[in-house]
Amino acid sequence: MFEASSLNRKNLRNERLVKASLGLMTGLLILPVVLILSTLLYKGGPVISFEFLFASPTNGMTAGGIFPALLGTILLVLVALIASVPLGVAAAIYLSEYAPDNWFTRAINLAIINLAGVPSIVHALFGVGAFVIFFKFGTSILAASLTLAIMTLPVVIVATRESLQAVPQAFREACWNMGATRWQTIRRVVLPNAITGILTGVILEVSRTSGETAPIMFTGAAFFLPLLPQGVLDQTMALSLHLFVVSTQVPDMPEELPYGVALVLISIVLIMNSLSIALRMYLRGRKKW
Amino acid sequence: MVAVAEPTAVNKLEVDRLTIRYGDHVALEDVSFEVRENEVFGIIGPANSGKTSFLKTINRMDMFDSNMSFEGAIRFNGVDVSRVRNVYGLRRRIGVVFPLPVGLPLSIYDNVALAPRLAGQKNRAELDIIVERCLRRAALWDEVKDRLHSLGSMLSGGQQQRLTIARALSQEPELLMLDEFSIAVDPVTTMRIEDVLRELKKEITIILVTNLVQQARRLADRTAFFLEGRCLDVAPTEELFTGTVSDPRTRDYVEGRFG
Amino acid sequence: MTKEKVPARQDFDQLNRDWFIDKAVQVLVFLGGISAIVFIIGIFVFISREGLGFIFEDFSFTEFFGSPNWRPTSESNPTYGILALVAGTASVTGLAMLVAIPFSLGAAIYIAEFASGKKREFLKVTVELLAAIPSVVWGFIGLAIMNPIIIQTFNVPVGLNVLNAGVILGLMAAPIMTSIAEDALKAVPDRYREAAEAMGATRWQVIYKVVLPAAKNGLLGAVLLGVGRGFGETMAVLMATGHSINIPTSVFDSVRALTATIAAELGETAVGSPHYEALFTIGIFLFVITFIINLSADLIVRGVRKG
Repeated sequence: MFEASSLNRKNLRNERLVKASLGLMTGLLILPVVLILSTLLYKGGPVISFEFLFASPTNGMTAGGIFPALLGTILLVLVALIASVPLGVAAAIYLSEYAPDNWFTRAINLAIINLAGVPSIVHALFGVGAFVIFFKFGTSILAASLTLAIMTLPVVIVATRESLQAVPQAFREACWNMGATRWQTIRRVVLPNAITGILTGVILEVSRTSGETAPIMFTGAAFFLPLLPQGVLDQTMALSLHLFVVSTQVPDMPEELPYGVALVLISIVLIMNSLSIALRMYLRGRKKW
Repeated sequence: MVAVAEPTAVNKLEVDRLTIRYGDHVALEDVSFEVRENEVFGIIGPANSGKTSFLKTINRMDMFDSNMSFEGAIRFNGVDVSRVRNVYGLRRRIGVVFPLPVGLPLSIYDNVALAPRLAGQKNRAELDIIVERCLRRAALWDEVKDRLHSLGSMLSGGQQQRLTIARALSQEPELLMLDEFSIAVDPVTTMRIEDVLRELKKEITIILVTNLVQQARRLADRTAFFLEGRCLDVAPTEELFTGTVSDPRTRDYVEGRFG
Repeated sequence: MTKEKVPARQDFDQLNRDWFIDKAVQVLVFLGGISAIVFIIGIFVFISREGLGFIFEDFSFTEFFGSPNWRPTSESNPTYGILALVAGTASVTGLAMLVAIPFSLGAAIYIAEFASGKKREFLKVTVELLAAIPSVVWGFIGLAIMNPIIIQTFNVPVGLNVLNAGVILGLMAAPIMTSIAEDALKAVPDRYREAAEAMGATRWQVIYKVVLPAAKNGLLGAVLLGVGRGFGETMAVLMATGHSINIPTSVFDSVRALTATIAAELGETAVGSPHYEALFTIGIFLFVITFIINLSADLIVRGVRKG
């Protein structure tokens, strides 16, 4: 009855062509990265062993393991989390639960966007100027972690604010009507229902923080240290900087060793990220209202 | 027009030339009456006549709406609510039930135990007693006593509405305000809740906002008729339905000619 | 009203512990809220504090922005011209955008308008994971993988150049731009699509004539944020550009970027020296430019929400 006219057929063919080429572009965007990751896995995989993860570098870093760098990254991330999570959650609570819709709130939001958009090397300069020199922390884990904390603060704020705002307003109003103070409402109803969402933000921050290099280069991370750090005012090695060092600064480096370092770093980052995404999907599937 | 308080009756609420605005829009204009201790005070009227705005102003929920403002006075227990410093204390004395029930995403038990906990009650045995008493009074106990620890927000609409009544009662309020509570509830449950309200009236004061004229007639001692932001009549309920009314539109409304 | 009843009836208006806790929390979270503003101002203040000495003493506007000679370590006549560094940053960012804009917009259209269900979910997650790869890993990829490929394919002596860094940066920026562009496309209400489809338009006609114009601002915002990201990227350009001061004439020239210069030289300078302060002055410049980029991206995207 409805015979496809030649115009219709042409349209259909064009449609398929468009879809195919857009799909191809998507594929071309992803494919090189998949190839690159496979190369990392192929060349770095054999390097990784128990000894590689848990021994110190030897022979001018051309042999041995990466333990001090791995430990340093964990320390940097932990201290950064201690500083940024309470602050970020507080900021998100203010923005979601208290902030009126006015120019001042818009200024805060703009500041958050900019905090995330300022180049990492500028954060590094800030860390040097503020924490290393002005507050006299010197180049230390503390200075580096605080720099990282400020840089990744927007990650926590944005994730927390989103999960707070996902809690329906009706729940708050029901609580307020019962005579709950704003804080009682937040503590007893809003936060318990947003906590997993906040956790996804925190995990995402772990992922971001562990990969950053520029902000820690001059604030607390060292190319090589013979001893492990004894406190937060010591310097430390870090995995991200270690990758930079072994791939650019060390002569006679065996070819595969940097691949091993890169593989460990990218595994940490991607595992943390996947965990965060999985948690978010699990949350979406389990609604309480 | 406004019924003068009999000298023997104690006023729970005094409304004195109250005007409520949303920006430039007037939601309620120049309303004055009083609600007496231990009475059921009905408020009837079509949608958008200012009934809900009135309730929101009594317990100062207007504070959360920067657009909302009011003039005149509402005195609760003789205290002007606009001068109350601790609005939370005020709200704890006033229980509210909404048209659409909101079961909090907590267990049934925690829903009802929330208000006592907010007030500082930590004793588990005491809480058990309060929860059971409030659920019984809201005619919900028998249906949920075996699953007190399942989610309150997963109950059916009618059950959630009784849960919110139990929750309001757990505040041990002096004043209970119900805003068209029967909208989301089946007729049988509505009747059960009405029975509950008749019982409660012996102890507390109730303001019943309803779109069902007959419900006001069944329950209210005195009734006010709101229309388009004005209070056209306040009178003992039977008088409003059968006797002389000061505005002909009241008669038209209660007899179902509009609304 | 009986006398004994009065206090009981009115004692609700006492300021109690809960009331004070509530006020205290309100102050605390407000401090958290303004922390973002404090930090942004703090960044500007502290990098200015270190860089201002240079601006007041050794700074010459025409030399700083007009000279291609960045020779801060010269004993006899140090010069601080960032023109070549700006050219390095611009060439790499420009090439990156040439790579990233078509691919990320194409991918965004495919994910938002054509892919559905599991496929869509899978692509979105993949794009999100790609965006998470740290920049130092990208730098390493440029160094260890792209470098030999470029040398072999184009038969050039050095593979660390504009081409290498541009492609790397493009691959880095594309996932972020894809996500933001996809959000912008998804924000176009379905009724627009339905109305056009009801008139007999094909899918592509709907996208081309209705969806893309409606999402224009959001897409522009995505591109701007991509530019901002490329502009501010440090480790990848430090490792993949070849790091030699040059105004490039071809994609096979090695260059040096603004960010990379700071990263490479800050460690070797004495605190308070003109060289050290000049690096902070570059920092001020980077801060101001990215601030403007982010501000305009925000204003453009906000405009789309209002409309």
